[in-house]
Amino acid sequence: MPTLRQIRLCWKPLAFTAALLPLLGLLAGAAGFGGARLGPNPVETIQDTSGLWALRLLLVTLCVTPLRWATGQAWPLQFRRMLGLFAFAYAALHFANYLLLDRALDAGEITGDLTRRPYIIIGFVALLLLAALAATSTAGWRRRLGQRWQALHQAIYPAGLLACWHFWWQVKKDHTAPLWYCVILLALLGLRAWRARWQPPPG
Amino acid sequence: MLIRRPADIRPSEITPEAVFRSRRRLLAAAGYAGAGLLLGAGAGAAGIPAGHQRLTGVKESPLSSRETPNSFEDITHYNNFYEFGPGKSDPAEQSAGFRPRPWTVTVDGEAGVTGRFTLEDILKPHPLEERIYRFRCVEAWSMVIPWVGFPLGDLLRRFKPTSRAKYVAFETIVRPQEMPGQRSHVLDWPYVEGLTMAEAMHPLAILAVGIYGVELPNQNGAPLRLVTPWKYGFKSIKSIVRISFTVQQPHTTWSAAAPEEYGFYANVNPRVDHPRWSQATERRIGSRFFSPKQPTLPFNGYAAQVASLYTGLDLVRNF
Repeated sequence: MPTLRQIRLCWKPLAFTAALLPLLGLLAGAAGFGGARLGPNPVETIQDTSGLWALRLLLVTLCVTPLRWATGQAWPLQFRRMLGLFAFAYAALHFANYLLLDRALDAGEITGDLTRRPYIIIGFVALLLLAALAATSTAGWRRRLGQRWQALHQAIYPAGLLACWHFWWQVKKDHTAPLWYCVILLALLGLRAWRARWQPPPG
Repeated sequence: MLIRRPADIRPSEITPEAVFRSRRRLLAAAGYAGAGLLLGAGAGAAGIPAGHQRLTGVKESPLSSRETPNSFEDITHYNNFYEFGPGKSDPAEQSAGFRPRPWTVTVDGEAGVTGRFTLEDILKPHPLEERIYRFRCVEAWSMVIPWVGFPLGDLLRRFKPTSRAKYVAFETIVRPQEMPGQRSHVLDWPYVEGLTMAEAMHPLAILAVGIYGVELPNQNGAPLRLVTPWKYGFKSIKSIVRISFTVQQPHTTWSAAAPEEYGFYANVNPRVDHPRWSQATERRIGSRFFSPKQPTLPFNGYAAQVASLYTGLDLVRNF
């Protein structure tokens, strides 16, 4: 079991760097470092990469609690906020890329999308949920909200479901990839439901 | 005595990267000064890698667009060709094992001349033309592509279609061993497409055998593909092995897969949105980072030539 000191000095910086790699990959591609490229449709590459990593990191965040149950130890909790904030950061990049590069801040097009395109609407709702969680992720907000903080932060469950649905809905034909993300999400949520039903919380 | 085989490429022949990058910039700056420049200058000049067979005797066409074509790299590395996988880079990465020669095309249905023809038989009488066309995908992106081919109608007339022939159906080859995407059931193989006879006989409809003055790369539909520039890209069926003259409107792959999203006509139409996304604008592949999407034109800008084909047809219902 890692000590708190090892986590703070070694494991967290490592996880932070790892979570930063997809972003660094995009930056390298955009700048053309070392022959890296973003392909013939860079705006789409940024859109897909940021969206995929937002969802992946959301699922990794949801692994923290089951990992705590499995190990019987508290150290996984040390990573939860950082992972959740990274998930939000990639989701925010996903949305910013859509606004700036894809839609070039065209208010008419953006309003049209946010009122008429269901997959964009549900993606936007997921982003708003993650934004609320990111904003209240500080120790101060946690203290101020008390019991309600826990309830509020369960909003990551609907956010995950909406994100998976958003992914599923924008695929043209081959649903293999979104299907896998849905399966993993449902397994992670199912574990929680199972535990809530069959195992009374300790203490 | 030891006789060494010379290496294929001597170090002195390799162009330093800085030089070819500057050539590309020069080409981009110079624009596409007519097909002659490209056709005369040899494959290397357009950034076409070695190993592509050049097509000879290709003439310019007044039907070509004056827009700057996309790079060979973009045209050959951003493709929808589900036979090689559903990702845009899959066709380039997964098509090396595909063998487009020898090739035959079966012609059947309502025509006086039917049978199995070799690719050489199909191509022999047709002078090749370069047709620089806009290409608009149903996914709201577009390119400009310098196709090499010949009018589809010129070929179809050789088969003497009967008066009962109202449609032309096309079929793509099925070769799961060479086309890894066909090992999954993401679409119903073979890929099939179709046109009305009037559409097929339109001078803008061509069968393409090349791009940029060289033979079609596998990922672009080698060795023979349809190009209908006023329709969404999925109509332009690739690697054709069958042409059938039919009485009934033929089945088409994407409208069978999702009838509410993809129709038989599939004419480019900014006023009829895809159920999930807008068709009002499109992203030009290869445009600069901060360039906004550009407006999509009715019939992809070919309305003056083709709109009369659809007089009296409700283009919203017949999307």
